[in-house]
Amino acid sequence: MKCEHCGERAAEITLTEIESDEMRTLHLCSTCAALKGVGSGPADSPPIADLIAHLGSGGSGPAFGPDAEACEYCGTRVKDFRKTGRLGCPQCYVHFAGQLRALLRRVHGASQHMGKVYMSSAVDIDDTEARLDTLRRRLARAVEIEDFESAALLRDQIHQLTETP
Amino acid sequence: MSEPARQRTELDGQGLGWLDEEGPDLEIVLSTRVRLARNVQGFPFAVKASGEERERLLGRARDAIAAADILGSTDLWEMDDLDASERTLLLERHLVSRELIVGAEGRAPRGAALALSRERTLGLMVNEEDHLRLQALRGGFQLVQAWRDVDRLDEELGARLPYAFHHEFGFLTSCPTNVGTGLRASVLIHLPGLVLTKQIQKVLEGMGQLGLTYRGLYGEGSRVVGNFFQISNQTTLGKTEEDLIDQLESLVARVIGYEKQARSVLLREAPSVLEDKVWRAYGILRNARSLSFEEMMNLLSGVRLGVSLKLLKTPRVETISRVMIYAQTAHLERAARRRLDETDADVFRATYVREALSADGMSGSSGE
Repeated sequence: MKCEHCGERAAEITLTEIESDEMRTLHLCSTCAALKGVGSGPADSPPIADLIAHLGSGGSGPAFGPDAEACEYCGTRVKDFRKTGRLGCPQCYVHFAGQLRALLRRVHGASQHMGKVYMSSAVDIDDTEARLDTLRRRLARAVEIEDFESAALLRDQIHQLTETP
Repeated sequence: MSEPARQRTELDGQGLGWLDEEGPDLEIVLSTRVRLARNVQGFPFAVKASGEERERLLGRARDAIAAADILGSTDLWEMDDLDASERTLLLERHLVSRELIVGAEGRAPRGAALALSRERTLGLMVNEEDHLRLQALRGGFQLVQAWRDVDRLDEELGARLPYAFHHEFGFLTSCPTNVGTGLRASVLIHLPGLVLTKQIQKVLEGMGQLGLTYRGLYGEGSRVVGNFFQISNQTTLGKTEEDLIDQLESLVARVIGYEKQARSVLLREAPSVLEDKVWRAYGILRNARSLSFEEMMNLLSGVRLGVSLKLLKTPRVETISRVMIYAQTAHLERAARRRLDETDADVFRATYVREALSADGMSGSSGE
């Protein structure tokens, strides 16, 4: 069965919509279902994942140029990413950083991470500063929402980082 | 006891600790889940990883899991050691994703595993779409608590496994829709009042504009069955974890408020219609000899509404949540100790529901 929305791709998802009094059933492909905010597959899969695969191919913005070279670490090419919506390895983020920034802004409305900063065992001063920065921000936030248990933990972590020589 | 038999026994009841929790807002929110996607430096993501690399990653993860204090004594199942129906059982409990259990030629993907703490519902999937998918599950509406659990597990695992992290993009994930915090928080919420008063579409659209998304949880794919919706954050980058949790929490609290309002409107404006609907649903569930999963879910929705509005004295809300899990096909097959075709499964389901409701009805008066 073809998708009832685009009429092109195969229908994979049955969507039941309740609109005012009426309940109706639509048979959709994963892309059109994603556009309607419904995901396919496991409950955990993000509904916008399929959109990525089609970004840049519809002429609606230069998300990914066709001439970008393959990631030197894992060999992932732009067309692989378009097809699967998945990157091949952590290094892909560095390799495709320019194009990813534009995509991330469209998907998340931002490209700069604001959450936890990860400090692996190899610590340098920049990491510590960045981590302190985040911890302070999270502490302020925890106090604001009166989550004092987290606040106490965060304060301890800040002390730990600032006390080491 | 032989190894497979031991594992079989250990699977019973696993990961369902949240069912017995007296979570807040239990009459509307069934459960809360927070998951974090993490990947390990030096390994390609799952789409590019060889079988050997996946095995090696599992070995690393196994050591880190064993050393994580918050998990305590942990069970770890490699998906390949379980048969297909056992894997489906875990799927029906929402402890694993389809991606973790379905590989080539009906086998589980290599190195795919689930680790679960014995005491609480905290654990992780290994070799899913991302190397690690940490998850905390709680009964009722407990976002902050679930976040704290999973955050602690993250700190412990991150101290032993070098995560792939980028100063600009945050925690790196195979799919860019998860990058940054890697956090997806969701609540499973029952909204019959908003559906019956036909306000649901408006509420769902409003959530969409605020960066939240919804899908159905039980039943195939993402169809909404029985007025159960799964609400979660849609974006993972550009906000702190606390902000994401906080935003979801305040919006879900508003949705709970709308649902309560809708229920009181129904009680006020159409009490006899509502009462009739609820009792009919209960009557069918107590008497039916064959029930499809979808029909059962729709009827359970009515009964759940009736119980929370005190139109029905029994069953307890926990019993209804339990039936939603145990009356799924793989669970019925496990109890029957054989494979069931659709007709058989519907008969077994009806029997299971009758018995569960009748057992619950014994403890109180079911009639008037």
